Amino acid sequence: MATAALKTQSLHTKLTGAWGRTLVISVPMTFLLIVFLLPFLVVFKISLSEMDAVFFKDILTLRDDVIVLTIKYGNYLSLLEDSLYFNAYFSSLKIALTTTFICLAIAYPFAYFLARSPADRRPALLMLVMLPFWTSFLLRVYAWKMLLADTGVFNNVLMAMGMISEPIKMMNTPFSLVLGMVYTYVPFMILPLYANLVKMDLRLLEAALDLGATPWQAFWRITVPLSKSGIIAGSMLVFIPCVGEFVIPDLLGGPETLMVGHVLWDEFFSNNDWPMAASVAVVMVGLIIIPLALFNKYQAESTNGGRA
Amino acid sequence: MKFNAGKWTSNTWMVGVFAFLYLPILTLIIFSFNASPMVTNWGGVSLRWYYALMDDREMIDGFKLSLRVAFSTGCSSVLLGTLAALTLHRFKRFPGRTLFAGMVNSPLVMPEVIIGLSLLLMLVSAQRIFGFPERGFATIWLGHTLLGMAYATVVVLSRLQEMSPSLEEAAQDLGARPLQVFFLVTLPLISQAIASAWLLTFTLSLDDVVISAFLNGPGSTTMPITIFSRARLGLSPSVNTVATLTVAVVSIGVFAASILMSRAEKRRALEMAAAYRKVD
Repeated sequence: MATAALKTQSLHTKLTGAWGRTLVISVPMTFLLIVFLLPFLVVFKISLSEMDAVFFKDILTLRDDVIVLTIKYGNYLSLLEDSLYFNAYFSSLKIALTTTFICLAIAYPFAYFLARSPADRRPALLMLVMLPFWTSFLLRVYAWKMLLADTGVFNNVLMAMGMISEPIKMMNTPFSLVLGMVYTYVPFMILPLYANLVKMDLRLLEAALDLGATPWQAFWRITVPLSKSGIIAGSMLVFIPCVGEFVIPDLLGGPETLMVGHVLWDEFFSNNDWPMAASVAVVMVGLIIIPLALFNKYQAESTNGGRA
Repeated sequence: MKFNAGKWTSNTWMVGVFAFLYLPILTLIIFSFNASPMVTNWGGVSLRWYYALMDDREMIDGFKLSLRVAFSTGCSSVLLGTLAALTLHRFKRFPGRTLFAGMVNSPLVMPEVIIGLSLLLMLVSAQRIFGFPERGFATIWLGHTLLGMAYATVVVLSRLQEMSPSLEEAAQDLGARPLQVFFLVTLPLISQAIASAWLLTFTLSLDDVVISAFLNGPGSTTMPITIFSRARLGLSPSVNTVATLTVAVVSIGVFAASILMSRAEKRRALEMAAAYRKVD
């Protein structure tokens, strides 16, 4: 059946679709090469230059009809020497990792219960998970500012109830930052886990229980290993964007939680040092390249029909 | 169900997560009707901030621009995303497929500061060489399309994968040419996915701060940039009213869309059943 389909398709492609096929592939391919890949090469190039008075110097210059290549490692050296950058990278990785684990701890049981809830109720529950995702992310982060501020809703309520006499400092701390990150990214963890868990063959659990496993043993030795690809996909969907997050640390973070996305932003918008911002970006890509490859591998498997 | 981990735990956990997800949104809505200029001190119910919003030129102009960008982004993302999804679904082997798949998927997770910075630096370099483009509407649109295309591809591709290939094969066997197969069979079957992809990329664009901040030019300030700069300074009642209006529009939109889609789905199921019955 599958081979027959493949045969018709390839025959069909040979006869009529060759031109169409090239067109279908080349339009998005060209767009991505120009708008996604080329900019990275430009960033890399600019990271090796330095700032002139108002503009960055080009590393390739024409001097006496000879193209001269001037490479400056200065930006990368300052990345190594200035502890500000190292601390920013380190705390970004730490915060992204913490966020990923908390998201997993909240989302796994949630996705599990959702996948085992009555089938007729699932679409509505799933829509409830998606709905906040459709409303503005920026506004939802801002809302936490209202809740957590010194004169915010939580402190006001607690003080009115007489449980505290002075406001608790919650805003601009690592707590508020991680809370905002978890809040924003937990749906990205729930959805792939749910998609995975809902497809699981429940007879495997029955078999395990019949063979004398306790429910916990069955959970840890059957359910969790089978949902591995969902765990990886969800974790990458949370971890990678968290490393470079800018809006959440800007609105909810504080002086102790400098993150690298923020450093890049400041180099660019406040210091106007474009080559420095470019080298911060290049090193950031270096940090997330392995998780990114992992994510792409998972995506490729799920798009190549590896549905088992 | 003997391996249900207890109804009670399951319900409590789910209610807890939903409360966590919805608490900030509810707070935003409630306090948008606050009469007091101190955002978090309750001073009675009032619509004064909604009236104030009507005279807020900066916010209104930003909204108009955002709407234009979002509309264009929805269209361009869906077009490119559908082509990319077809490519990934149909053509399992061509030179550069791995690169292609990687480039389509990476913007889904790539930190936005990197996307924004790299696109901007490329556009600035291009401007030095060719004299264009100027930063503004078009450059923001380009950046949003890169992000939107990735999401649109995922949505359309998942629909293509669950679609039965037999319908297209039948059309081919009956002598339809490739373009006819696409427009008469494939496109109607994936039209719902295309509609949801359009809505999704529209909302993503309407919400984006970081890419727009890198790519905007003088006089092209989108609504999220305005909201963000006010939120950075502190709490602002105007942000609450915008939030409430957004939530209202989105909930109505999503609700209406889901009803329309489930109806269309039912009708299609009936038509399919009827078609198969005739064959028997």
